[in-house]
Amino acid sequence: MIIGERKPIQEILDMIGEHDKILIAGCGTCVAICMAGGDKEVSILASAIRMARNREGKPIEIQEHTPLRQCEWEFVDELKDKIKVSDTVLSMACGIGVQTLVERYPEAVVYPAVNTTFLGLPEEQGVWSERCGACGNCVLDKTGGICPIVRCSKSLLNGPCGGAQDGKCEIDPEVDCGWQLIYDRLKVLGKLDNLTKISPAKDWSTGRDGGPRKIVREDMKL
Amino acid sequence: MKSGSNLEKILSAGKFAVTAELGPPKSADAEVVYKKADILKGCADAVNITDCQTAIVRMSSIATAAMLISKGLEPIAQMTCRDRNRIAIQSDLLGASALGVKNLLCLTGDHQKFGNHPQSKNVFDLDSIQLIKMVKDMRDEKVFQCGEEIKVEPRFFIGAAESPFADPVELRVLMLAKKVTAGIDFVQTQIVYNVEKFAKWMELVRELGLDKKVYILAGVAPLKSVGMARYMKNNVPGMDVPDEVINRMTAVGKERAKEEGINICVDVINQVKEIKGVAGVHVMAIEWEEVVPEIVEKAGLLPRPKIG
Ligand code: SF4
Ligand code: SF4
Repeated sequence: MIIGERKPIQEILDMIGEHDKILIAGCGTCVAICMAGGDKEVSILASAIRMARNREGKPIEIQEHTPLRQCEWEFVDELKDKIKVSDTVLSMACGIGVQTLVERYPEAVVYPAVNTTFLGLPEEQGVWSERCGACGNCVLDKTGGICPIVRCSKSLLNGPCGGAQDGKCEIDPEVDCGWQLIYDRLKVLGKLDNLTKISPAKDWSTGRDGGPRKIVREDMKL
Repeated sequence: MKSGSNLEKILSAGKFAVTAELGPPKSADAEVVYKKADILKGCADAVNITDCQTAIVRMSSIATAAMLISKGLEPIAQMTCRDRNRIAIQSDLLGASALGVKNLLCLTGDHQKFGNHPQSKNVFDLDSIQLIKMVKDMRDEKVFQCGEEIKVEPRFFIGAAESPFADPVELRVLMLAKKVTAGIDFVQTQIVYNVEKFAKWMELVRELGLDKKVYILAGVAPLKSVGMARYMKNNVPGMDVPDEVINRMTAVGKERAKEEGINICVDVINQVKEIKGVAGVHVMAIEWEEVVPEIVEKAGLLPRPKIG
């Protein structure tokens, strides 16, 4: 899922500026699960903003609403009435949710209250980590199901650099070396052979490097 | 001859090779390069020029290499995958070759996190294996990475670095084998202090017959102090400094530490020279280049052979 993290309160207050009627729109899917922008976080942020503004002697009117998903037209339609009466919308969804609102409500001013950080999973309560860089050309079949693109700090495709130590990456002793993980996994699978094959230069054009991506499926079109 | 470089000639003539290393300045000061070049002249067959080592901005490796050529030294340009994509790398290699650079060391590159621009974007369009393959194909197949033909191809004697001490060892040997398959001609190892462990690694290398396919140069470096020895032992990935070496450095006291560091370096050279399959040494004395002549002299490796 998409993992995000709420922006610092001061940055959010600066975005709101002098506005005094805002809507905080959460999202009930990924960012709710990673506790960055679900309905609970929406109400916490609303209280924090109210308190800060009261302290400044500039009270603010805040509406709260958290659709199940902020990245699909039918779900954001329910925000219509609240957006109409607000002069600013603070989106607590990922960057996709923010842009869905911008596209659906071109007259609204929408600001992001969350930093969208990565595609990952909750490893344990309170810990999230990255698993996929959406490179558009998955190689997990060759690497024992462990992604070299985002789990190796250098996105190496042919094995570890010389910087790994005790299974940790050269950038941080807290970070597992992705290639150590791949090696261990391939060993268990009895597929160490995979490591001897040279992976040719990757075609990055299926990723962000190829420009904005779009999938069009004629078979699915109405 | 693949490149016709002096290093290639020395190695293919079966002579024990000596390479040294020159760290370009963190400035546009040509004098620094010329001074270091003067010191190293005549005591190494070729000199590595680092490419923004540890991700700190320094004078370009290729530009510095060209300056060395003008002073009559043979450079080994270094190229990392961190800062350039395949377009920039190939372009720089065409230029390097046109400037007379004949040796190229292909590296992954240190992550920028610990350099002086930790907020920069990294590239890693290719990894070191793919880089080696690309440079070899440019030379032997006369093609760019995309497959297009090159009219006048860059001809490099291709090298890589390898760490015999990083874990897991079987994976490290496999990585060397992969670099050999990708197309290297020589390899320079991480600094050797633990000769015993290095000898074991060489055994594995010989078992795979890799010493017959590429020239292996053992990395060596003089220690300046006990502190440096401890720092390397604890903080430099893939570095193995045995207690015996630390004890030797401690025993002589502060005043004679540098001298002992040089002695240890010479001892290591003499020992690795006897290991089957070791084709030369790579003396790394970054920011201490002035001791290289003394080390090479004491190891009995002077004068350097001249091959026409
Ligand atoms: S290889 Fe690409 S698609 Fe597959 S997990 Fe990694 S980044 Fe995602
Ligand atoms: S130490 Fe491992 S994870 Fe880190 S850059 Fe090197 S190979 Fe990748």
